[in-house]
Amino acid sequence: MANAKISLTINGRAVSAEVDTRTLLVHFIREHVKLTGTHVGCDTTQCGACTVHVNGTRIKSCTMFACQLEGAQVTTIEGLAKGKQLHPMQEAFREHHGLQCGYCTPGMVMSAIGIAERYKGKALTEDIVRHELEGNLCRCTGYHNIVRAVIAGAKAMSAG
Amino acid sequence: MYAFNYHRPSSIAEAVKLLKASSDGRCLAGGMSLIPTMKHRLASAADLIDLNGIRELAFIRREGDALVIGALARHVEIADSADVKKSIPALAALAASVGDPQVRNRGTFCGSLCFADPAADCPAGLVGLNGTVITDKRRIAADKFFNGLYETTLEKGEIVTGVSFPIPEKAGWAKFANLASRFAIAAVMVAKTGGGVRVAVTGAKASVFRVPEMEAALAKNFSAAALDGIKISPDGMNNDLHGDPDYRAHLVSVMAKRAVQAATA
Ligand SMILES: Cc1cc2nc3c(=O)[nH]c(=O)nc-3n(C[C@@H](O)[C@@H](O)[C@H](O)COP(=O)(O)OP(=O)(O)OC[C@H]3O[C@@H](n4cnc5c(N)ncnc54)[C@H](O)[C@@H]3O)c2cc1C
Ligand code: FES
Ligand code: FES
Repeated sequence: MANAKISLTINGRAVSAEVDTRTLLVHFIREHVKLTGTHVGCDTTQCGACTVHVNGTRIKSCTMFACQLEGAQVTTIEGLAKGKQLHPMQEAFREHHGLQCGYCTPGMVMSAIGIAERYKGKALTEDIVRHELEGNLCRCTGYHNIVRAVIAGAKAMSAG
Repeated sequence: MYAFNYHRPSSIAEAVKLLKASSDGRCLAGGMSLIPTMKHRLASAADLIDLNGIRELAFIRREGDALVIGALARHVEIADSADVKKSIPALAALAASVGDPQVRNRGTFCGSLCFADPAADCPAGLVGLNGTVITDKRRIAADKFFNGLYETTLEKGEIVTGVSFPIPEKAGWAKFANLASRFAIAAVMVAKTGGGVRVAVTGAKASVFRVPEMEAALAKNFSAAALDGIKISPDGMNNDLHGDPDYRAHLVSVMAKRAVQAATA
């Protein structure tokens, strides 16, 4: 077994730890930092339930090693709300009923914010959103309300 | 997953040295192929050399009449690059068709070449566009780079630093993706260059291949109609739940025509 020391920022909080080099970022977030909003839904890098932002980019945290993240800024689903006030994208998912069981939702919301940022200032169409959500699987909703939520959330983000 | 030591060099020279010093070292680029494979214990390494800290590998630029892409250029950057869209739009289209957005945010073109997955898109980009792989010690022509299923002609410890593409007169990309994995069931890169026409197919056999009959027909008449009547043999085509050899052979013809249409649109 080999270890590595890392210091990074998660949701604005400085975190330092010594981890087995094999530790995946998602397991670091869930088991070391005890933030369990980020989910694991597959072992093939396909489902997107583990999506978080690393230095502002959405990535699948099951497919990065924690030891790669020295100095990185990580944002997880827990980092979005301000106290009791939901992030506009979370609010849009609630308002548009963009979830059923909720398993995919943390990853969906993190991806949705990535989409809103990527298309900032441009019109977000249903086609674009469906294409941009290809890395996030949902087994409940049929996606329809998720797509509506993303479009509404992106609009609210640009207004706010 | 098997245990490994982790290294993060900041220069190519340092990475080469680390690889040389290890009995079983491997590069880590985007990790989109390597990490899932390691999770399943289908790959392992005593030492993982993370290339992500090497700034000199993160570039996309025009060099005279070539487009050069560094080993850390990610699919999303290739897809979005104004230089790529202007000089080889088909390459931007290929990059935009890889996997999903999160995979494109991490995965690199060169990592895909090194992995040599039979269903990967980038091998068809390299061979179709007649690119040259640049390593820390030599340049390898597209036609000499792949060596069958998951095999390349890279030597142990050799690092790919980038790929250089001549600018084609016209090129087109067409992909028929497996909707679950997003990998190609069959995909084709067609390019018309000063040196002739190239047609490269991925997803259909154990490794990327060219189709000389199509190249000859397109050299005479660069239009989709020129491919009418050219039969592709199902011999050696992949047979899996996504498609049998006859289906794939047919699909190659359809994708080749669409690639030519994309090139001439
Ligand atoms: C859900 C999903 C969908 C995907 N869909 C597609 C698709 O549609 N099309 C497609 O083509 N691919 C697809 N992929 C594969 C994707 O992993 C590759 O496209 C990716 O670009 C591989 O590059 P990487 O940088 O992630 O390589 P890594 O995983 O980091 O490395 C792959 C291999 O190459 C070696 N390597 C990497 N860089 C170098 C270098 N510079 N020098 C020497 N050796 C090196 C590594 O040691 C390793 O053996 C998909 C992957 C996933 C997880
Ligand atoms: S857990 Fe499924 S993509 Fe990460
Ligand atoms: S709401 Fe259940 S998986 Fe998406």
